[in-house]
Amino acid sequence: MHNTRSIFQREIRGFFNSPMAYIFLVIFSIFNGYFFTSTFFLYNQSDLRSLFSIVPMVYLIFVPAISMGLIARENNIGTMETIATLPLKTHEFILGKYFAAVALILLGLLATIIHFITLVKFGTAIDYGALFTGYIGLALVGSMYASIGTFASSITDNQVIAFIIGVFIVLVFFLMGFFLPLVPANLAGIIQYISVDYHYSNISRGVIDSRNIIYFLSVIGFFLAMTVQSLESRRWK
Amino acid sequence: MIKVQDLSKNYGDVQAVKSINFEIDDGEIVGFLGENGAGKTTTLKMLTGYLVPTKGNVEINDLNINDSALEIQKQIGYLPELNPLYPEMSVYEYLEFIARVRNITGKSFREALARVVERCGLQGVVHKLVSSCSKGYKQRIGLAGSMIHDPKILILDEPVTGLDPNQIVEIRELIKSLGREKLVLMSSHILQEIQATVDRIMIIHQGEIVANGTNEELMSSFKGNTILNLEVRNANENTLKDLSIAVANINVVEVNEKKDHHVIQLEYSQETDPREDLFNYAVNSDWVILKMTPTTTDLEDVFRKLTMEGKADA
Repeated sequence: MHNTRSIFQREIRGFFNSPMAYIFLVIFSIFNGYFFTSTFFLYNQSDLRSLFSIVPMVYLIFVPAISMGLIARENNIGTMETIATLPLKTHEFILGKYFAAVALILLGLLATIIHFITLVKFGTAIDYGALFTGYIGLALVGSMYASIGTFASSITDNQVIAFIIGVFIVLVFFLMGFFLPLVPANLAGIIQYISVDYHYSNISRGVIDSRNIIYFLSVIGFFLAMTVQSLESRRWK
Repeated sequence: MIKVQDLSKNYGDVQAVKSINFEIDDGEIVGFLGENGAGKTTTLKMLTGYLVPTKGNVEINDLNINDSALEIQKQIGYLPELNPLYPEMSVYEYLEFIARVRNITGKSFREALARVVERCGLQGVVHKLVSSCSKGYKQRIGLAGSMIHDPKILILDEPVTGLDPNQIVEIRELIKSLGREKLVLMSSHILQEIQATVDRIMIIHQGEIVANGTNEELMSSFKGNTILNLEVRNANENTLKDLSIAVANINVVEVNEKKDHHVIQLEYSQETDPREDLFNYAVNSDWVILKMTPTTTDLEDVFRKLTMEGKADA
């Protein structure tokens, strides 16, 4: 646990020692702010639905961008060897990296609180429950994409390749739901279950169902386990 | 103590290390010498748990690398080849990070920091960014990181490569002083870099250990001929011609006539010493000896000889 924390702290420090974190937070806020306010007053509804529908799309690019360097960079500059020969378990290292990416995403979400304040100021009959679960949903989607990005970062030492692979896998999960009408009926159930949108829309509507939570946690678990495998296998090459 | 038995590593079809064996005792400084690609780095990576051996056994302080890699990693310090560092961190942050992972915090960290800063001569750069330090300082930062937990065993992969001569001397002195209390295993592909530092040299060639011993042991096991340069005045054709007949066991390689003296190059086997006979002959022939310099085969020749083997048929 303390090893995971050391990795986590180093990574967070790394984010803020470079322009990385600032660029992410500023552009993430501008994007979300623009798309949110451009429709918020138009719809004239007391909710954050437009925010909750735009953030998962902004994630598609931003989360792979945050996580592309997590492990690929260590491989690239050679510090992976230092890390791997410290008394540190592979999963502790990966969790530290992963949590750092998640923390930055949550910080980005925190910045959208400003829209929440706008809503509270101007809205009436606000459904705070749905807002709360909406944020839970965003956090879960972000965490899931971060696990995919972490995995993508572990299979190469080139950050650009890690980014492209990350975006690709994330897109597969994101777009799956849109292909639903095209697949045979007997596969539809599976496709629907794999699709992020299905689980996310349930949660952001205000329904917290354990099935949806289990979905997110198992995808995260799967990709983190794959990351461990990918790093362990390097030792055997 | 490091004990390596029958250690092998294959990369696909390529055998990088071919069942090597060696032992290193506490307090020894051992140089691991070989050309680029001879298997040095692969071996060191297996010792430190970065790579899993294809076959064989590594025991460090009676712990087996296959069962207790983490425990071994707690006890050794390792400076990887090319000394990877995080350029965006300050020296302090880097050392703090390494120490934290090694569970050294608070007061014990401050003590450890003071020790390695003093030891590695990092005063003055502690709060600088790693990226703004010179190569020599980076090397010391890497070293400081590898010894922040005061390990009994230090494994250094090419610690002086790429440094300028003054820096090489500094790092060499540092390693020598460390060797008084620690086991140090350092690799190099340049003999001169380690010859002056280590107690013992292991030469690895094409994945096999081809020599293992002290400077003197290696040289005596590869006895070559001694070359003697003789400068004399008053020599003439006849006395020069008779030289190889009058003095036993020598071979005159060449004679050069200079303005007012002759330079004679002789060769004789290391078991014999004809210098006294040469002196007597010179006196009898009215020569004046200006200079007499024997040069024995040096370690460089041994190294070259060992690592050239197999080149022709490769």
